[in-house]
Amino acid sequence: MTPTLLEEEKVFKDPVHRYIHVRYKTIWDLIDTPEFQRLRRIRQLGTTMFTFHGAEHSRFNHSLGVYEIMRRIVTKLEVLTEEERLLCLCSALLHDVGHGPFSHTFEKVFKTDHEEWTRRIIEGETEIRRVLSEVSADFPKKVSEVIGKTYPNKMIVSLISSQIDADRMDYLLRDAYYTGVNYGNFDIERILRLMRPAEEQIAIKYSGMHAVEDYIVSRYQMYWQVYFHPVTRSAEVILKKLFQRAKLLYDCNYHFRIFPEPLVPFFKDGPAKLRQYLDLDEATVIYYIREWKREEDTILSDLAERFMNRRLFKYIQYQPLDYLMWTDLQGLFEDAGLDPAYYLEFDSPSDLPYDFYRSGEEEEERLPILLLMPDGSLEELSRKSDIVQSISGKRRFDHKLYFPEDRITDEIRKRLGVN
Amino acid sequence: MLTEHAKVLYLLDTLGEIVGRKKLQKMVYISQKLKFDFNQRFQFHFYGPYSEELTVMTEELCELGFIEENQQDKGNYSVYQYAITEKGRDFLHHVHVNLGNILPIASKLNDSSSRFLELLSTVFYFEQLSREEVEEKIFTLKAKSNYSHGEISEAYRWLQELRQSC
Repeated sequence: MTPTLLEEEKVFKDPVHRYIHVRYKTIWDLIDTPEFQRLRRIRQLGTTMFTFHGAEHSRFNHSLGVYEIMRRIVTKLEVLTEEERLLCLCSALLHDVGHGPFSHTFEKVFKTDHEEWTRRIIEGETEIRRVLSEVSADFPKKVSEVIGKTYPNKMIVSLISSQIDADRMDYLLRDAYYTGVNYGNFDIERILRLMRPAEEQIAIKYSGMHAVEDYIVSRYQMYWQVYFHPVTRSAEVILKKLFQRAKLLYDCNYHFRIFPEPLVPFFKDGPAKLRQYLDLDEATVIYYIREWKREEDTILSDLAERFMNRRLFKYIQYQPLDYLMWTDLQGLFEDAGLDPAYYLEFDSPSDLPYDFYRSGEEEEERLPILLLMPDGSLEELSRKSDIVQSISGKRRFDHKLYFPEDRITDEIRKRLGVN
Repeated sequence: MLTEHAKVLYLLDTLGEIVGRKKLQKMVYISQKLKFDFNQRFQFHFYGPYSEELTVMTEELCELGFIEENQQDKGNYSVYQYAITEKGRDFLHHVHVNLGNILPIASKLNDSSSRFLELLSTVFYFEQLSREEVEEKIFTLKAKSNYSHGEISEAYRWLQELRQSC
């Protein structure tokens, strides 16, 4: 199979990679599908915009970015066939196509899984599947398997999903760019230039170790400074409570002023249909949250008002060993007429796991990053890098309690230890 | 608070101990597939279904002193052994955990090897595929583990038995 090329190369301007180059017709056609265009209406970082106002970039931007990094990688990998190159590119472009609005919170509350939706979008009755099927009948399945990490060629899987892959490299650079922080930057050109095929994955030439160190440190910094920022988490808490409240009201046959029809399939316990999922985006969700501000249900309207106007919950550091405090607080919140199910939340990093670098010791499920040494041997990164060694496998534990400071009583304030 | 953590604690309290990170991962995944109320997200990884969330929860439980993690030396490799502590039991008395009648199934899983649970969880993961396709997946994705047709048949037998017993 020889993939069809466009008559001339097309380019998109991109603030992170400068240009995104498209040569294959399949890629061009995929970008034009409604399912891919939908990603324009789903932000890459969800509620991070409440903390870093620049973080309004979409999953559409990121997906094109991952595609461009993959394009640069596969152009140099002579071990791949032409079809395998196209497979890598399609997988890179489509790896996030199953994300929904405010994915993280939405998935937690409604128990959906964006990876499962990605598979259904690629293999189901969609334009994306139609475009991919033009390559070959089994091509959609292959793309789906690469993204799902079940494709037999592990090298191809590792390019899109490993500890140093096109996805992570793009989101670090892109998220750093749009949030305006300096932490996420590293020398991607050098890493790409020094990538070499090795066994079932990619290795980086030893001379590129310092660029990889920067990449690992960037991951660490971005997690604590951006992804797990307490203000962002606070907005997530309110969103989670909003979804939970709306679902409960629906279950209780509450009469919504405007019936939230697009959300109803997710309020119900059964699986939603593909079309229903694809109809949902952040514009839709925000529309209903805005409307919920005027609902009679005081909890729903209060939470909606907080979300829309950024009146977020405050937080304190909390040591979970003091679990009696949690029990006390539940009682105090109830006494104050605040339902603790909606106005008190405990948050820990396990809710948003940080995939810190792991060296691949026994029973670990991740392939380590390998360095290709001058004598041709392969060495695991942390064995050669003191910097990576020092942050590899080390967790930081950070637990917090979230609450509406404007509504708590003096007694609650005292128990929380806030002035 | 810590309700998902408490379920992992409950499992350890019920079973006494679990030997192996991989075993813990696969036991929780299989229990989830059998509709026990575990809510971690799993993705397919090197040894089959794996949850980063569960890994972090386990580490948090260690950090809080609710469970103990001991490294067991097995010659050319080592495994981690997990057990609940007194502090963990105290905490468990303060939270409500409802995992239904998980004990018989959890015990059965805990008594089998990590290798077999890796295979069984992989069969669960690909349950929607035909037997032929699942075998092909196992022989290609887990070529190094060298699973036999007999072991795969055994995994299918377990899958049916476990489903029936739930």
